[in-house]
Amino acid sequence: MTSARTVLGPDEIGRSLTRIAHEILEANHGPDDLVLLGIPTRGAHLAQRLADRLAAITGDDFGARVGTLDVTMHRDDLRGRPTRASAPTRIPAGGVDDRVVVLVDDVLYSGRTIRAAFDALADLGRARIVRLAVLVDRGHRELPIRADFVGKNLPSARSEHVSVLLAEADGQDAVTIEDAAPEATQEDRA
Amino acid sequence: MTTLLTGARVLGGEVRDLAIHDGALVDPASIDRDAAEVVDAAGLVALPGLVDLHTHLRQPGGEQAETVASGLRAAAAGGFTCVFAMANTTPVADTPAVVEQVHRLGLESGLATVRPIGAVTVGLRGERLADMLMLHRSAAGVTVFSDDGHCVADAELMRRALEHAASMDAVVAQHAQEPSLTRGAQMHEGALSAELGLAGWPAVAEAAVVARDALLAELAGARLHVCHVSTAQTVEVVRAAKARGVRITAEVTPHHLLLTEELVRGYDGRYKVNPPLRPEADVLALREALADGTIDIVATDHAPHAPEAKQAAFAEAAFGMVGLETALGVVQQSMVETGLLDWAGIARVLSTAPAAIGREPGYDAPLEVGSPAHVVLVDPAARRTIEVGHLRGRSANSPFLGVELPGEVRHVWHAGRRTVRDGAVLAAPDAGEAA
Amino acid sequence: MTHLLTAAMPRDAAIALLDLAEDMHQIQDRQVKKLPALRGRTVVNLFFEDSTRTRSSFEIAGKWLSADVINVSGKGSSASKGESLRDTGLTIAAMGVDGVVVRSGSSGAPALLADWIGRPVVNAGDGTHEHPTQALLDAFALRRRIHGDAARGKGLDGVRVAIVGDIAHSRVARSNALLLPALGAEVTLVGPPAFLPPGAGPTRLGVRATTDLDAVIAERPDALMLLRVQLERQTGAVVPSAAEYITGWSLTDERLARLGDEARIMHPGPMNRGLEISSRAADADASTILEQVTAGVSVRMAVLYSLLASDHPSSADGGSR
Repeated sequence: MTSARTVLGPDEIGRSLTRIAHEILEANHGPDDLVLLGIPTRGAHLAQRLADRLAAITGDDFGARVGTLDVTMHRDDLRGRPTRASAPTRIPAGGVDDRVVVLVDDVLYSGRTIRAAFDALADLGRARIVRLAVLVDRGHRELPIRADFVGKNLPSARSEHVSVLLAEADGQDAVTIEDAAPEATQEDRA
Repeated sequence: MTTLLTGARVLGGEVRDLAIHDGALVDPASIDRDAAEVVDAAGLVALPGLVDLHTHLRQPGGEQAETVASGLRAAAAGGFTCVFAMANTTPVADTPAVVEQVHRLGLESGLATVRPIGAVTVGLRGERLADMLMLHRSAAGVTVFSDDGHCVADAELMRRALEHAASMDAVVAQHAQEPSLTRGAQMHEGALSAELGLAGWPAVAEAAVVARDALLAELAGARLHVCHVSTAQTVEVVRAAKARGVRITAEVTPHHLLLTEELVRGYDGRYKVNPPLRPEADVLALREALADGTIDIVATDHAPHAPEAKQAAFAEAAFGMVGLETALGVVQQSMVETGLLDWAGIARVLSTAPAAIGREPGYDAPLEVGSPAHVVLVDPAARRTIEVGHLRGRSANSPFLGVELPGEVRHVWHAGRRTVRDGAVLAAPDAGEAA
Repeated sequence: MTHLLTAAMPRDAAIALLDLAEDMHQIQDRQVKKLPALRGRTVVNLFFEDSTRTRSSFEIAGKWLSADVINVSGKGSSASKGESLRDTGLTIAAMGVDGVVVRSGSSGAPALLADWIGRPVVNAGDGTHEHPTQALLDAFALRRRIHGDAARGKGLDGVRVAIVGDIAHSRVARSNALLLPALGAEVTLVGPPAFLPPGAGPTRLGVRATTDLDAVIAERPDALMLLRVQLERQTGAVVPSAAEYITGWSLTDERLARLGDEARIMHPGPMNRGLEISSRAADADASTILEQVTAGVSVRMAVLYSLLASDHPSSADGGSR
């Protein structure tokens, strides 16, 4: 527990997000039709930070193009685990139909959260393109899912625990990795 | 056949031997000790056979819940040698044929004496008086009349019943419950009934009837007995009536001496009884009243029910609890272990006094030479957690299952015949087999 | 939470349920009103008493969470042919259902079923005892009216609610008297003497009780909840007539004027217009009556999700019984 080491600091996180913002614009040939949906809790904060950067780069107002997408009800592990609390879904006023939706999450691991996000998104409408941005990709995928935009690839052992801390939720920005986390905590990142 | 009981504390007091011969207690010095069966009663308390003025034996008509034979097994297991069987059978005990049948079934069993109670009104309907004199003059010799389960609510009827009973030295045992104040009532009325959403049975519905009946009994010069007093308020009314010289007696049930309404919280039908379990203040007042003689006796209101009658939503469950097997233990717990009554007092409230009210002879000189040999040996130091196996009647609707109670009935003689040996009820007296 | 039998629950548990209901509420705005959370789960609505409104609300809630919902009505079923409550419950449990929603005319019946059948049980109204999902939806609708979209995480602190009607026989009043104070609200029960629950002094069901509606209106409560009055069920000794009831305890146009525009007007339905509530009051902007109905589905989705989604529901939220 006390053996956590920091693999990304505040500056590196900031630079990663700025780079991802540029990559999103590049892949989309500009800001048109972009909608950012963060997966609560920390993915939502990251989506807001990306929106702020996109606004700064493009001069467009991204305030109405960022939202949150809660995937709790779509998870495939509801039965086997303690009851999960849900979080709000906030869809921008224009909806998702025919938009380019960028899903934003903090850590990409098994891929199951993202699978749930596809289902949640499909219930809200039909996006033209869905892309995925994550701050950390730690490997160990259990589904054929990959991220389009990655802040840092972080090779890890399954026994290790990767934590993303963000100022909005945790009072500081950092990505840490620690050994031999309890199995239950490890599962939380699925 | 002579039996010698050695070393018992008679009525909880002096240690002396008791001898039984030809159905009566005889002087131990007068018997041939070598020929007698000797029962070592060291450490046991000897009490007179217990008398229950309020038992529901259910026969005829309710045999799935209890029969006279099964009810008398329960009685014997509890140390009772005489039970008064309530009239609310099907058909109702309002004709000589019914009371004589019940009486005869009691004689056939032999485990205890059965004294049928006659109905006050035909069909317990509260409309016109039953043929009380015919019941009194029948072979069953009815001396107690009651519509128990129903209140004789009509004042004129009650007055005439009391007058009629007085003419034959009988007593009217009233189930005091003003019906218009207790429509649909399920439990004691108060903050808890409000919380549980169950219709309440206000305390005043009992005391108001007792007050009226006391004045009617005074007017008629009759004996009035109040069944199952359950509230402090009723105790005050009875106390005032006694001070006034009214010929009034009162009973309390074991469950009202020990249990409170809090048990209803889980909606378990086992705790549904009429009158209902009351708050603790009432329980304490009832104990005090029993100790100071305001309440004369303990009576079980043994009310067996088949399982399906109790495994229902609370409002649909039947009223009543079995109590014969556990009565003595509950009274020991609530009265002896609290210092409110000694064993001689227990003998009074569970034997001498109820026999006197019911005019059952043979109990007026408990354990004295010359009396009929109704004897109970109790181990006061035993403690047992009540299980279904301890219940010897046909029904198991006891609120004391899983409850630890003191005392254990070890041996019982009914008119000199052994009915319980080492805690086991004998199939037939003296047959020596466990039932 | 293993059952929902009562509205008596800790503040945190109540707020967690209301917040979950807020998230469920969003489904109302979606093209696809379906969440897969209870896929493969079977819920039985066991209604020994008719209640189209509550049964439909639970049915929609279950279906929107993708559960299979079976309605078993007391009438016409074996339950009306003398089968005991216990046997009915055990029979349904033996069919492999995951949860049972029970409406019964008998106080305590859901609590007994919960003990007997070993499945999650939701009390959908039991006799004159409780109706916890109604109290939750009342709290939900009131919280939304007061806090709007910022309602998540909030209680009803300092909100003064008067509940008017046959309190003694109302499961809605009883559940609200338990839940609303847990959320910080101040509840006053108002009704004719025979309609107030038994107890000593001015406190009934743990909250203030009074017979004087006009004095309560003069205090300008934040919400006034009117209960359906069923005079036909009363004996003459209780409330002599509709006119007598209206004189003392109806929200008439005249009382509506004195209440002011700020107070919310609530009613669990179905309404007797002209008896406990005037038409003008029922249709006023301050009325939350239709919002309460909408809230019912969201709240019941939250309850079903909390009880049935996980095979290992957390015990951290107190296990409301």
